Amino acid sequence: MTGFDEREPEAAELVRPYVITKGRGLPDEEQLSLITLVTAASDDQQRPTRLSPEEQSLLELCTAGYLSVAEIAGHTRLPMGVVKILLSALTEGGYLITRPPVQRARLADRQILEEVLNGLRTKFG
Amino acid sequence: MDSAPSLDERAYVRGGATQTAVKILVVGHFAVGKTTFIGAISEIPPLSTEETMTRAGESFDDLKGVRSKTTTTVAMDFGRLTISDRVVLYLFGTPGQQRFVQMWEDMARGALGALVLVDPERLADSFAVIDLIEQYGLDYAIAVNRFDGTPDREHRALREALDLLDDTPVVTCDARDEKSSADALITLVRYLLDRAH
Ligand SMILES: Nc1nc2c(ncn2[C@@H]2O[C@H](COP(=O)(O)OP(=O)(O)OP(=O)(O)O)[C@@H](O)[C@H]2O)c(=O)[nH]1
Ligand SMILES: [Mg+2]
Repeated sequence: MTGFDEREPEAAELVRPYVITKGRGLPDEEQLSLITLVTAASDDQQRPTRLSPEEQSLLELCTAGYLSVAEIAGHTRLPMGVVKILLSALTEGGYLITRPPVQRARLADRQILEEVLNGLRTKFG
Repeated sequence: MDSAPSLDERAYVRGGATQTAVKILVVGHFAVGKTTFIGAISEIPPLSTEETMTRAGESFDDLKGVRSKTTTTVAMDFGRLTISDRVVLYLFGTPGQQRFVQMWEDMARGALGALVLVDPERLADSFAVIDLIEQYGLDYAIAVNRFDGTPDREHRALREALDLLDDTPVVTCDARDEKSSADALITLVRYLLDRAH
């Protein structure tokens, strides 16, 4: 199985951000945060030929399950800004589903913190 | 990006369709043990990313052809821990450098809190990081990362030197050890929970 990790480290360096993002600007942070979870909308759809090779590649990476935006940048070794732009274009095109993190709220925080605490204790306690 | 990507299935978030992602920052000065800490706890090999130094909304036109001039890249690293069927925790590590404003904003926004790794022999190096964490309004705990041969200093002296609040937790940890690192994280989360009440 060939993963991103086996590729040459310079690969990302050779990619010109302007070209692969088609000159688009950075998306709103509310739309795609580092921990927004992303997956392909459907795994059996035909990959549209209108997509750039980079977009097709990202879409394919997202087909087998959910990854955070940060993980997608880590695996592809593309700069974060470039990844966000490509992902938001794919989302707008309906190719991707995104799960944004919850809005911070005191009650939600408490429940989540309790769950994190219990989870950590169970795992490492 | 011309090769078809394929990752091991364990690389994907388990139960992603129902997961809520949360994050905690692991910060500290250069070489204090951030990557080691994240690696000790993470269920995936730690990943890192580059950040382009443009501000949100700025066009990538600016980067055309002169990437090295208009952008600086900086690595942040991170790991992941599936807490339950409902919560997946990300740990983001970065050195405390104020000039990487965009990266700090992205990392700090919505974070549950921060664990500040401190080398007791280089306390002064931690001031800037702690300032930054306070500036972003994040609650934090201190993990004193002991290196071989370092004497176990009084936590009281360290509190004074770092000018900590009375209730800020200070815990000793060895970032190379999973259990020890987890204990430091548990101390932080317990504190965050207290603060949320
Ligand atoms: N004895 C001891 N050594 C440690 C501990 N934590 C990290 N180290 C060692 O310290 C060195 C630096 O650790 P890193 O995890 O790379 O530190 P870092 O904060 O990620 O460094 P930068 O990303 O360069 O800022 C490595 O050689 C680690 O093995 C610790 O708790 N005890
Ligand atoms: Mg590091």
